[in-house]
Amino acid sequence: MNAPTQKLTRKDFTSDQDIRWCPGCGDYAILATLQRTLPALGVSRENTVFISGIGCSSRFPYYMDTYGFHTIHGRAPAVATGLKLANPELDIWMITGDGDGLSIGGNHMLHVLRRNVDLQIMLFNNRIYGLTKGQYSPTSLVGLRTPSTPMGSIDAPVVPASFALGAGGRFIARTIDTDAKHLGPVFTRAHEYRGASFIEILQNCPVFNDGAWSHVKDKEIADESQLRLEHGQPMRFGENKGLRLNAKTIELEVVTIGEDGVTEEDILVHDESNKSMALLLANLEPPRFPIALGILYCDTDAHPYDQAVHAQVEHAKATSKVDSIDALLRSGHTWTVE
Amino acid sequence: MTSASKGSKLHRGRNAAQTRDTYAYEDMNMDGGASPNKLEREELDSVVIRFAGDSGDGMQLTGAQFTHSSAMVGNDLSTFPDFPAEIRAPAGSTYGVSGFQIHVASHDIMTPGDAPDVLIAMNPAALKTNVGDLVDGGLLIVNEGAFTKGNLKKAGYEQNPLDDETLAAYRLVKLDISKHTLAAVAAFDLGTKEALRSKNMWTLGLVLWLFGRDTKNTEEWLGQKFAKKEVVRDSNIAALKAGHAYGETAEMPTGVHIYKVPKATLSPGTYRNVTGNEALAWGLVAASKLSELQLVLGSYPITPASTVLHALSRLKNFGVVTFQAEDEIAAVCAAIGASFGGSLGVTTTSGPGIALKAEAIGLAIMTELPLVVIDIQRGGPSTGLPTKTEQSDLFQAIYGRNGDAPLPVISASTPGECFFQAIEAARLATKYMTPVMLLTDGYLANGAEPWKIPSMADLTPFPVEFAGSETPDFHPYIRDDETLSRLWPRPGTPGLEHRIGGIEKDRASGNISYDPENHHLMTKMRAQKIANIADDIPELGIEEGEDTGDLLVIGWGSTHGAIRQAVRRARKEGVQVSHAHLRHLNPMPKNTGELLRRFKRVIVPEMNNGMLVKILRGEYLVDAKGINKISGQPFKVAEIVSAIHDHLPAS
Repeated sequence: MNAPTQKLTRKDFTSDQDIRWCPGCGDYAILATLQRTLPALGVSRENTVFISGIGCSSRFPYYMDTYGFHTIHGRAPAVATGLKLANPELDIWMITGDGDGLSIGGNHMLHVLRRNVDLQIMLFNNRIYGLTKGQYSPTSLVGLRTPSTPMGSIDAPVVPASFALGAGGRFIARTIDTDAKHLGPVFTRAHEYRGASFIEILQNCPVFNDGAWSHVKDKEIADESQLRLEHGQPMRFGENKGLRLNAKTIELEVVTIGEDGVTEEDILVHDESNKSMALLLANLEPPRFPIALGILYCDTDAHPYDQAVHAQVEHAKATSKVDSIDALLRSGHTWTVE
Repeated sequence: MTSASKGSKLHRGRNAAQTRDTYAYEDMNMDGGASPNKLEREELDSVVIRFAGDSGDGMQLTGAQFTHSSAMVGNDLSTFPDFPAEIRAPAGSTYGVSGFQIHVASHDIMTPGDAPDVLIAMNPAALKTNVGDLVDGGLLIVNEGAFTKGNLKKAGYEQNPLDDETLAAYRLVKLDISKHTLAAVAAFDLGTKEALRSKNMWTLGLVLWLFGRDTKNTEEWLGQKFAKKEVVRDSNIAALKAGHAYGETAEMPTGVHIYKVPKATLSPGTYRNVTGNEALAWGLVAASKLSELQLVLGSYPITPASTVLHALSRLKNFGVVTFQAEDEIAAVCAAIGASFGGSLGVTTTSGPGIALKAEAIGLAIMTELPLVVIDIQRGGPSTGLPTKTEQSDLFQAIYGRNGDAPLPVISASTPGECFFQAIEAARLATKYMTPVMLLTDGYLANGAEPWKIPSMADLTPFPVEFAGSETPDFHPYIRDDETLSRLWPRPGTPGLEHRIGGIEKDRASGNISYDPENHHLMTKMRAQKIANIADDIPELGIEEGEDTGDLLVIGWGSTHGAIRQAVRRARKEGVQVSHAHLRHLNPMPKNTGELLRRFKRVIVPEMNNGMLVKILRGEYLVDAKGINKISGQPFKVAEIVSAIHDHLPAS
């Protein structure tokens, strides 16, 4: 369906437009990694479409030499759904941010996930409104001082991956803008998945919220603050740490192998198909816990919405007795005037 | 306003005073051996009947079945269902009254009639809210069985109007329909509440008899509808037959005739009954065929538009994709996404939905994507009168967006015209790469009329051509020199990869542009593209009367029938008056201003507080006067006749 005739390179996916993000913006790294990843996915330019809403991240389509539609604030999931219904052969990437996707477009995000429309949804989470010059966003932490919260934000933040799981999302991943080695494979897995694949990308805004993720990203502490999930592998991090389930409280707890009789056997093994575990993992936050990165959840039994819609259309075509519009207009009671 | 409309059709030669007391008719005991009724038939050229009852009484069904039987005997007809917003308002309350008015005639009619000649009132609340409309001397059939103390109190009657002089102006037939229904279905061993559900069918049986019709069609319909519920089917048929038999055997008082409305002479062809929303759904499917595009509907439930979503959801065999979105905004955005993908994107809604979709419609204007937006208007603002009709979205349709954002606006004048205007909307949208707004209203949506069924072979196809891979120097804003329409490149086409969006684009490259001169030129270009459509639509014609003279009545949308009848009536009285009706509201036909100026005076009846009248005054500098009705009810013919007289130039 989406096979290129010749081998494409990063350059083939790069448009001729000057990039207008601020110097040092995390978006550059995400763009570069995706442009490098796409050729390996075996996709064609003409069948690839980028749909975005409004915000810094939503300029993304202009920099991709594919089809692209920069729509209106929050509505990318709805536009992408309509496009996928019109042509299920298209390979659609949706670009959004924490404000676009979880504030003004929160309702659409809920529904695109529960319907399981076959899209790759990239949510750039920088915990701030960048394009409108630095107001707090729905993922900003309590206490954040911004032009609209001079005394500090008092809104409790939403956890995107947790929201997506709650909405019924079937593929939930989390990754980091500047970590190309993690980001690329997550893009590949998301692209493979038939259904709505939700990727939260922890992204830095150097102008309005610099260092919002340094407590998980900084090299010195990364080992201790990041849990890199691998399906079938124990949930280990840091030097000797791991996660264990406390069966009494049904909560995760951090344990150290070799201390208090803890052995490798006690450490939980990641199972992407376990939704209960995914919900626990999605909500882990430093400093008590590491942040969970990778594929938190992947339900391979779910069917994409667009396929089900077209299956009904095909079924109706195959079984209907009314085979023309003339017949439709004359169905039911008619009478003839001579 | 209503007094002018009162006149007796069923009752020529008599006046109300003479009828006093003469026609009050007590229910008779069926077991008393009534003699078969051998009344003479009175032939009428038209009659208006209204069924009124609790919203749970099944009046809409009764009306629809009577409509069907009228069509079968070849009458012309027009209907007006009028129901409350509450699905099941408290029983017996005046605000829970549901009505269905039907006008049947032996000649072509265009409105459901000003005032009923026959009123069937199933309870005191229905009587209270409807009897004021009944013509003097009109036939009033009431279900005496529902005139209990409790129901009388709920309707606000201090004493029973059936027992005093309140109804003396009408020919009152008091029947205990409840009791008769219970007797008719006694064999089915139903509970009282369930048994009484059939009283609408008993009533329908009686009214069918009154108009000299048999019960065959309705029996067939009941047989189909309740094929799997035998008891429901059989008890309803029993009630229907009992009502009909009652009419045949009971002794009716002097003055109660069997009425016969002869066949109308309609032009040859195959006909069916159609409501505006049905016609609209079918028109969209026809447009999909004529344009060779897949139809993708994005819609969110809203009264009175939901039935279009329902109808299209049942037409998937024509390749129709329907998407019930999470909200109005998602509905239009999905339609825009579908259009971007090369389908015919359509969204259907009512006024509040248009308000929510405004930003997205602006996006479709900016990105120059085809989109059909259908506004089935209702009373506003805000939630307004959701189940009532109004034409108050005209300004919203033409002007209601941020920025300079013109789009074509068209309207339908009759239920059947909804079919053709849906096609016209799709034609303009795809030819000019623009959203198009089609305005209908609640009155057209639910009202039915006999419709001469068109053949697809008689409709002009408008197959869409997408931009091809070989397009030289392609960019997304390459335009056709004549229409100014941009090419439609479809994702999936190699070599045409491009980006569009809501930000202003450079006219020569399609890339983002904040250049001041470019924005000025692009705004002018978008406006010119829409203005040019005036060259692609029919000139405004005169529907009735001369093309010059003393007075022009000009309207748009569903007021067509009432204006046309009013102008005919006034002309019969010798008044020089003409009727013109706009179907393209933006841009208007090229000759509109010139036509308006050929008349000494212009009046504009509208079901709003004056919108088209302001546009005509503003655009064409004519001293047009508004005739405005904002009651949630359509115009009565007499109201417009009266306005015509008021606005004639002094001779």
